[in-house]
Amino acid sequence: MTTFEAILLTIVTASTPLLIAALGELVTERSGVLNLGVEGMMAMGAACSFAAAVTFDSTILGVGAGMLAGMAMAVIFALAVLGFAANQVGSGLALTILGLGLSGLIGAPFVGARRNPVEPLSVPVLSDIPIVGRLFFEQDLFVYVSFLLTVGVALYLGRSRAGLTLRSIGENHVSAHGLGLPVLRVRLLAILFGGACAGLAGAYLSLVYTRFWSPGMTAGRGWIALALVVFAAWRPGWVLVGAYIFGAATVLQLHAQAAQFGVPSQLLSAVPYLATILALLLLSLRHGRAIGAPGSLGAPFVPDR
Amino acid sequence: MSFRTILGALAGVTALALTAGTAGAQEKLKIGFIYVGPVGDYGWSHQHDVGRKAVEKAFGDKVETTYVESVPEADSERAIEQLARTGHKLVFTTSFGFMEPTLKVAKKYPNVKFEHATGFKRAPNLSTYAAKFHEGRYIIGQIAGKMSKTGTIGYVGAFPIPEVVAGINSYFLGAQSVNPNIKIKVVWANSWYDPAKEADAAKALLDQGVDIIAQHTDSPAPLQAAEARGKFGFGQASDMEQFAPKAQLTAIVDNWSDYYVARTKAVLDGTWKSEDTWGGLAAHMVVMSPYKNMPDDVKKMAEETEAAIKSGKTNPFKCPVLKQDGTEVECKGNGALSDEQILGMNFYVKGIDDKLPQ
Repeated sequence: MTTFEAILLTIVTASTPLLIAALGELVTERSGVLNLGVEGMMAMGAACSFAAAVTFDSTILGVGAGMLAGMAMAVIFALAVLGFAANQVGSGLALTILGLGLSGLIGAPFVGARRNPVEPLSVPVLSDIPIVGRLFFEQDLFVYVSFLLTVGVALYLGRSRAGLTLRSIGENHVSAHGLGLPVLRVRLLAILFGGACAGLAGAYLSLVYTRFWSPGMTAGRGWIALALVVFAAWRPGWVLVGAYIFGAATVLQLHAQAAQFGVPSQLLSAVPYLATILALLLLSLRHGRAIGAPGSLGAPFVPDR
Repeated sequence: MSFRTILGALAGVTALALTAGTAGAQEKLKIGFIYVGPVGDYGWSHQHDVGRKAVEKAFGDKVETTYVESVPEADSERAIEQLARTGHKLVFTTSFGFMEPTLKVAKKYPNVKFEHATGFKRAPNLSTYAAKFHEGRYIIGQIAGKMSKTGTIGYVGAFPIPEVVAGINSYFLGAQSVNPNIKIKVVWANSWYDPAKEADAAKALLDQGVDIIAQHTDSPAPLQAAEARGKFGFGQASDMEQFAPKAQLTAIVDNWSDYYVARTKAVLDGTWKSEDTWGGLAAHMVVMSPYKNMPDDVKKMAEETEAAIKSGKTNPFKCPVLKQDGTEVECKGNGALSDEQILGMNFYVKGIDDKLPQ
């Protein structure tokens, strides 16, 4: 394996959890709900998936547990913001704090436990293509899922009737309600999807990325996923681009340090953020359209009876 | 009911519970601990909690300990004062950032004894203590110098502060002492604790030809990354062998237990005095975990160096110490750099090609 390939592989690993979590949040936000609890759901996903994977010695069960944990957290959030029309910003922040604390509690017995690496799945024939082959066809399952998820979400939002319903609810929930669309039901499903994705991203962190659990190991990745959704102007394809630019900049700045170019490390550490903002800004400028948030984003909806 | 009322009610209940707690345990010495991270970090805070448990074990019924974990440095004053107010007579604050808040609370509560880790501000009822981790880093540097096949060793640092810089210098001087041509690459994670980023930093080093990874960040991730590539590394703060049984050569373990037990005993005996403690291998504040995964001659060398540092025969910063540009650092200690010079170290030693971020 050449150095170049090794670097690219690390970039894929760094970008995947961001991409998965951001896609989930994107769907939630397109339905008009702002869930700031991604970090908390992710932490719960990481803790529960690791706990289950160690207890049952099964990666698949671990992944399932991680997604379920993310969804369970999402249910609490949905209950507050849909059931009681609570403030979404406040509820989301509370969810993050709850998730970080609860994950520490659940994960406590598993601190110091160790798991073997998850074997990559290689796609026959395709993985033999030079460079690209190893990069995209000899990865762990999560990476394939993240790509499929991007395509799936893009098709769902852009090409399907159900996606159109979700988007119209996000744009104007009063009109959508007037048309007889099930606003709360669609939003509940969107929030659950976001929770499952955040849980999956957390599972990736504790099962593949570092293979151990320790409290607070998400280290702000949920917030970065949230920011990516905004900078990607709520478009799945751009979220993919953004996640990979962020992942690439993170890894490359570490390489730049190791290569001793003499640039201050503090400045290099800021590069991922700057690069991502710049790239996505340029993208949206070229597109020539204003960055539009879903019209009803963050507004509570109370159906008139 | 407004938010304020709820808060008030909660505070009332807590106060009641605390009063009830103190009434039942009048004779016990109450000892409080403030941690900057979670006790489950398997690193810095975890080791302080190991020390707390050692105190409980040593004194049994005579003491009662309380700890508050994950206390943000900016918000620590309330937590410290809370302990002082609720009858704790000895309070350990275990992060550099707790220095000013500890000093402030110490002045307010002259009857409570405070102990602050890694700081330098003292008061009649405030002691400071720290450990000479750089002594351990000299040993792992020698091991790295012997074990490296590529001739380039790596270091994942948290922030370019004197404590970390002194660690890098000590590590490099150790490596240089057994291999004069050794090269070092340093990557700053700019975080004490971000497992994924620490892993990426280690991978970047490994991708660029490094085959031994040392770290001054808190998670086992860099060591684990070394194991995944079949390379070697060292545990940080606690023995991390279970995360990387094939890669961990040894670990520099923080051992606060002896110190905490000694200080508790001093309070119980009434002999506690405000002082500054900076102990290393000899004082058992720094302990090397078993030397593994290395040839016998390297192991023997490591053990000899450990013994030499303990007896005072060797010092990682024995004079002359040369800066990167070759100028000699003034020798203010006894044949070696003084404690103050090490605690304030802001330069790389000769042989490190990189520029120190300032």
